[in-house]
Amino acid sequence: MGAVERQYRVPLPVLAVASLVLVTLALALVFFVVPNDADQGFSQRIFYFHVSIAFTAYACFAGGAWKALRHLWKRDPYADLESYVAVHQGIIFGSLVLLTGSIWARISWGHWWLWSEDQLVLFLVLFLFYCAYFMLRFSVDPGPQRANFSAVYALFGVVLIPVSFLAIRIAKHFIHPVVFTSNVTSNLPGSMLWTYCITQVALLVLAYTLYRIELAGKRLDLRLRELRLA
Amino acid sequence: MNYVADVRALARKDLLLELRARDTLPAMLLFVVATFVVFHFSLPAHSSRLAASGLLWVAIVFTALLGLGRAFVPEREQRVLDGLVLAPCDRSAIWVAKAIATLAFLSAAEVVALPVFALFFHGLRGATVAGMLLADVGICAVGTFLGAMAVATRARDLLLPLLFLPLAIPIVVGGVGASVVAAPGRYLGFLALYDVLFGVLCWASFEYVVTE
Repeated sequence: MGAVERQYRVPLPVLAVASLVLVTLALALVFFVVPNDADQGFSQRIFYFHVSIAFTAYACFAGGAWKALRHLWKRDPYADLESYVAVHQGIIFGSLVLLTGSIWARISWGHWWLWSEDQLVLFLVLFLFYCAYFMLRFSVDPGPQRANFSAVYALFGVVLIPVSFLAIRIAKHFIHPVVFTSNVTSNLPGSMLWTYCITQVALLVLAYTLYRIELAGKRLDLRLRELRLA
Repeated sequence: MNYVADVRALARKDLLLELRARDTLPAMLLFVVATFVVFHFSLPAHSSRLAASGLLWVAIVFTALLGLGRAFVPEREQRVLDGLVLAPCDRSAIWVAKAIATLAFLSAAEVVALPVFALFFHGLRGATVAGMLLADVGICAVGTFLGAMAVATRARDLLLPLLFLPLAIPIVVGGVGASVVAAPGRYLGFLALYDVLFGVLCWASFEYVVTE
């Protein structure tokens, strides 16, 4: 398994250059072009990264679950490793969501942690859930059983995301009667919307590039192990 | 109706085993009562009734974990699972039967635990009991499924709580909501939704846990 590489349409160097250009462009836009927010001032600029990173993390988890489904359904021989790498990228971006959200909460509301922020609490739950994914994966010997367990657990993840979101929403009614309404995305003026879109695309491309790099590394590892055993 | 007969036979086997060996249920009972006593001392005087209602759910989730950790132990020790997988029945029947057996143990533990809670702390509302019935289904469905995975790993007993607790958070939210809020309808609905979603997911994917 893993001896034959999967063929990709976009080569890795092109992706790397594209993500470099896009991330630089996004940074330039966020820090130098877009105007300060009227309410929150300079600190609101972290929003572009925080929200884009959160969306990217969801995309990674969804990608991981999709590959998990491919593994269980079509018995795609590459899907197990791809699912694992996607979830791994997801947890990296998920930790960044916790970090940026925490910084933003500290500056806006003066606390490092707010239980009233849905997104932060949801990512904490997901962080715990996907950490358990790694515990599970590394507690089973490599082979078809490990691939199945990981795939099934990754599928639980995509069901857990909306269920937890709903749970956190309804929990507010007995835990936090006061609701912060920070619905920033609903009415963004033109330049802010553009900046957000470009940052979002930049981070998605960056995540995909990192995914491909990690995948290439992992495949090399596997191949090396096979050769050593042969 | 072959499927129902398979489930019945498998669940009957678990209940008979428990009836003869009495491994799990006495441990769960003792654990839940001991937890209540610990809670009494961890709640300072003049703590609100609401705090005790919340802790009831913590006690139930941990008691369930105790039972779930034991659920697949006989299968592992006697290598029964290999035989069950070879048997000409749908693999999901193994999960359904095990979930039913665990549900029976958990409900039996609660039949004792809830009156004890009422005696030690305060009386219970109908919504709490309804929420508990719905939550038990979800706990046993998901917990049995994860228990089957956990026994096949190297970490075994260590892993189940780690796998289970993030998935139990929505159950606790629904349960505590049903116990403390004046209009518990939406929380009971949420628990029912959880049961259906995860029940279907477990039912559909159990085959992959026991086969390669």
